[in-house]
Amino acid sequence: MLILTCPYCGQTGEETEFHAGGEAHLKRFGPGSTDSDFEEYLFMRENPKGVHFERWRHVYGCGKWFHAARCTTTLEVFGTYSAQVTEPPKEICDKISEKRPGWSWGAFS
Amino acid sequence: MSNAVSALNGATWTQGIATVTEVPLQGMITLRGQLTDAKVQKAATSAASLEMPERGRANCVDDRGICWMSPDELLILCSYDQVSNKLEQMQDTLGNTHSLCVDVSDARALFDVSGAHARDVLAKLVPVDLAPDQFTSGMFRRTRMAQVPAAFWLHDTDRFRIICFRSQAQYVFDLLKTASATGSAVN
Repeated sequence: MLILTCPYCGQTGEETEFHAGGEAHLKRFGPGSTDSDFEEYLFMRENPKGVHFERWRHVYGCGKWFHAARCTTTLEVFGTYSAQVTEPPKEICDKISEKRPGWSWGAFS
Repeated sequence: MSNAVSALNGATWTQGIATVTEVPLQGMITLRGQLTDAKVQKAATSAASLEMPERGRANCVDDRGICWMSPDELLILCSYDQVSNKLEQMQDTLGNTHSLCVDVSDARALFDVSGAHARDVLAKLVPVDLAPDQFTSGMFRRTRMAQVPAAFWLHDTDRFRIICFRSQAQYVFDLLKTASATGSAVN
């Protein structure tokens, strides 16, 4: 079971208190974009074995959205961070590098 | 003036290992805004005559209280009759500050679970560590209780107060009765 800590209210809870919101750090391609960019944005998702970045919502708590970095095989959570960023903060990346050297995910590593 | 009645009209259950009571007519005001703003803080503290709680905590005395709900939301507890006065006061204090305060007394229900086994009863229903050294007086926790959202705090030693939506009051009451059934103590 996933144990997540909400960065907004500081509460640590198990996954049923939260709601998964899909892949993190998507770049939106809207009207005027090329068909392939739009298709990529709409349908193409990472499906890694290992390090993964996701959006979560503290649905039974403070109601805020946040980001989580976790491992899909061990369910280890490397950290959670603010929703108001477009890429994972350095300290989260450093923490992942410490535990999973050489990791990469989309454009990040 | 219509006769105000709480969700379960103060129903009480004493036949189990804990006493479950629906606390009738608790005044509740939701205050949303930037909690670091001095005016928002003043509106909350003067309405409840209590200090601002820190993140994830609540200051509650008798039927007054300030509960920290989220980074931009507080729940003010006061007596039911005073709600409209307090609202007016708070709106005066807030002035043009970007904020919102609204009476939610009749949208919620408040339960009181007390007795030596109160911790065990609640621990069966919420995914929260309620060990005496983990969940202490002054903490305020919003979580789920079986299938519905709920928020609770330790009102006194061995006495929890639980807030839920009014429409779910019967469900929560039944849930608490089941969890405190005779012979269901956790030893």
